Amino acid sequence: MVLEETKIMNDETVDLTPLDEVLEAFRDERGAIIPILQRTQEIYGYVPAEAIQHISKHTGNSVAQLYGVATFYSQFYLERRGRHIVSICDGTACHVKGAPRLVTTLEEQLGIKAGETTPDYRVTVEVVYCLGSCALAPMAVIDGQVVGRLVPDKVSKLVRELE
Amino acid sequence: MSEPIYRANVLVCTGTGCDSSGAGSVIDALRGEVERRELQGEVRVIETGCRGFCAMGPIVIVYPEGLFYCQVQTTDVEELVEETLVKGRILQRLVFEVPHSQQAVPFYDEIPFYEKQQRITLRNCGVIDPESIDEYIARGGYEALGKVLSEMSSEDVIEEVKASGLRGRGGAGFLTGLKWEFTARAPGDVKYVVCNADEGDPGAFMDRSILEGDPHSVIEGMAICGYSVGSSEGYVYCRAEYPLAIKRLRLAIEQAEEYGLLGDDIFGSGFGFHLKIKEGAGAFVCGEETALIASIEGKRGEPRPRPPFPAVSGLWGKPTNNNNVKSYANVPQIIRNGAEWFAAIGTPRSPGTAIFALTGKVENTGLIEVPMGITLREIIYDIGGGIPDGKEFKAVQTGGPLGGCLPASGLDLQVDFDSLRQAGAVMGSGGMIVVDEETCMVEFSKYFLTFASAESCGKCVPCRVGGRRMLEILTRITEGEGTPEDIDQIKEIAKGMDSDSLCALGQLTPGPIMSALRYFEDEFHAHINEDRCPAKQCVNMISYYVSPETCVGCGMCKRECPVQVIDGERRMIHIINQDGCIKCNTCFEVCPFDAIVKLSGGEIEVPEEPIPVGSFGK
Repeated sequence: MVLEETKIMNDETVDLTPLDEVLEAFRDERGAIIPILQRTQEIYGYVPAEAIQHISKHTGNSVAQLYGVATFYSQFYLERRGRHIVSICDGTACHVKGAPRLVTTLEEQLGIKAGETTPDYRVTVEVVYCLGSCALAPMAVIDGQVVGRLVPDKVSKLVRELE
Repeated sequence: MSEPIYRANVLVCTGTGCDSSGAGSVIDALRGEVERRELQGEVRVIETGCRGFCAMGPIVIVYPEGLFYCQVQTTDVEELVEETLVKGRILQRLVFEVPHSQQAVPFYDEIPFYEKQQRITLRNCGVIDPESIDEYIARGGYEALGKVLSEMSSEDVIEEVKASGLRGRGGAGFLTGLKWEFTARAPGDVKYVVCNADEGDPGAFMDRSILEGDPHSVIEGMAICGYSVGSSEGYVYCRAEYPLAIKRLRLAIEQAEEYGLLGDDIFGSGFGFHLKIKEGAGAFVCGEETALIASIEGKRGEPRPRPPFPAVSGLWGKPTNNNNVKSYANVPQIIRNGAEWFAAIGTPRSPGTAIFALTGKVENTGLIEVPMGITLREIIYDIGGGIPDGKEFKAVQTGGPLGGCLPASGLDLQVDFDSLRQAGAVMGSGGMIVVDEETCMVEFSKYFLTFASAESCGKCVPCRVGGRRMLEILTRITEGEGTPEDIDQIKEIAKGMDSDSLCALGQLTPGPIMSALRYFEDEFHAHINEDRCPAKQCVNMISYYVSPETCVGCGMCKRECPVQVIDGERRMIHIINQDGCIKCNTCFEVCPFDAIVKLSGGEIEVPEEPIPVGSFGK
């Protein structure tokens, strides 16, 4: 995900105009809540509360229903995330090859827990289950780029180099 | 316009594995080098799907010779072109070497990793350009759809698929033809065909490889299914974590529409079929068919009780046939080659092949396709090349987090749906993870349980609460707080989950722990009764010491220790302060003299404070 292209405002107000295009595109599609939320997240980097209200108003789905879906699926984030996303895979193959140590290394380095974002919104670290590159275990995805055969030192260096 | 005949075709794997090892830049470099030497009229560089041997990527195969080069980097390209494409010689340093024997094997079909494989479902993966429908057609693609629409009735198709004995590749192994028949017979004008590509099992990536490497085989299989069950609309539900698979599938659908192989009135037969992609949003339970259907409808992906089965009431309440990616991908070949051909492969009750993602502690990791009935030993030792670093095989886990493990005594088991189930493991979606002596089976089962309980949707109590309680018990055991009653309690919870959960997720969650108990109960007892982790993995039960006999006082461990609990000057025997040690294993890894000893349930004699090297015990 390239967050430079997204519409995160510095003062944290959310510009809802790009959302209208999405709502228009899915106007006639049945069961479109998930793709609408996915496009919303592509725009803002997360699913802001204002967007949920807006989607509710335009689709007729209740806010509770939308939150129900957004909180059910692990893909959706309800809080603003870092400029860089580091997803460490802890799938089985990565797990037996040392993924947990990559996670603790980053947690110590950044002073946050997995799933959290640094206070300056520089990096979000998350643990995910299996990205399907088990032969390269342990691996991670840093800003959409797969990096394999990691050791604590290497992941630590890669994250330090993120601006 | 006909294409020129190339004297050499250079196939570069661009599956996710090879791509992250740098295949993209290798392709650019190859094309650049070929052009620089003005060979573009004679040599073609082709991007293909996955070859399966992901650990050796990026993989480059040069035809017509079938030369197999592995771990090719951009810096190798100039020499590769010079030696192989200009001078016609083998570039030895890129040739695959068999682990242990170091024997060099330059040709693709002689590599032991591939020798015992039988690639049917994956026959096009790594062979054709997945972004070209013409290459799929050149390999006999869409012939089966043509045959079905022009020569066969929908009943004929169902009979053929039934006769082939094809069983659902999603893991449960239900007869595919029978499933189709249920949907075909269900009353209703509107029916749906759904493809489950929500490959959520950690450690399995075959569905992704098929979608990335041969997307048209799935499209063709689904269209054939649509014809036989009377449906004109299909959905592929694919994980959003697989962007390349989604991209290639989308492209393939567009190409098929352009060629009139999808859409209205295909081949002038009057039959029409439309295909849409639905992206999942990250929920393991959506691999369960009723949850998957709820998710396509835009709801929370929670399963519902069956019956009614989706064949009667599925998507939007209409009859729906749901199969796995691999099941659909097999269908075109069954139609083309006949049911008898397929039934003759594998074992009588599980015909065809099985695809496994072989990972963990084996030399050759990757994606393999083998005939059913092959033994685990053949898979792990002949194809997988055995266990690396001279370690001992301990167990193999099949079927992912809802599967089970088998010990060394199960190595000669013939792999098929039924034999694995009897032994307490399952075929599942095909993850196969090998672990060696360094893996603690209690921790290993706790890992699977952590995954499965986190992915419980929470709708039914046995799964939601049972998984949680069991995880608490296992956590206690790995932390050295286990009690002798714990094992009985685990078994009791497992029984309740198995019989009373709403869907397979809850029913199978206890699988890994029950099979670990079946084959490795000793390890559980060692944790509970002796405060000892035999694999030396559970950190609360291990301690690190510097061996006073072996330490040379180099100071490496002291420098690298992240919590600075190692004492000792140069030429002094170093000492680890046990109270502050976080058991991070760093000293063990960095010591150049193997002087760090890892113990569980015991201690060794060490000096109380650093003393000169060589003076201990004197």
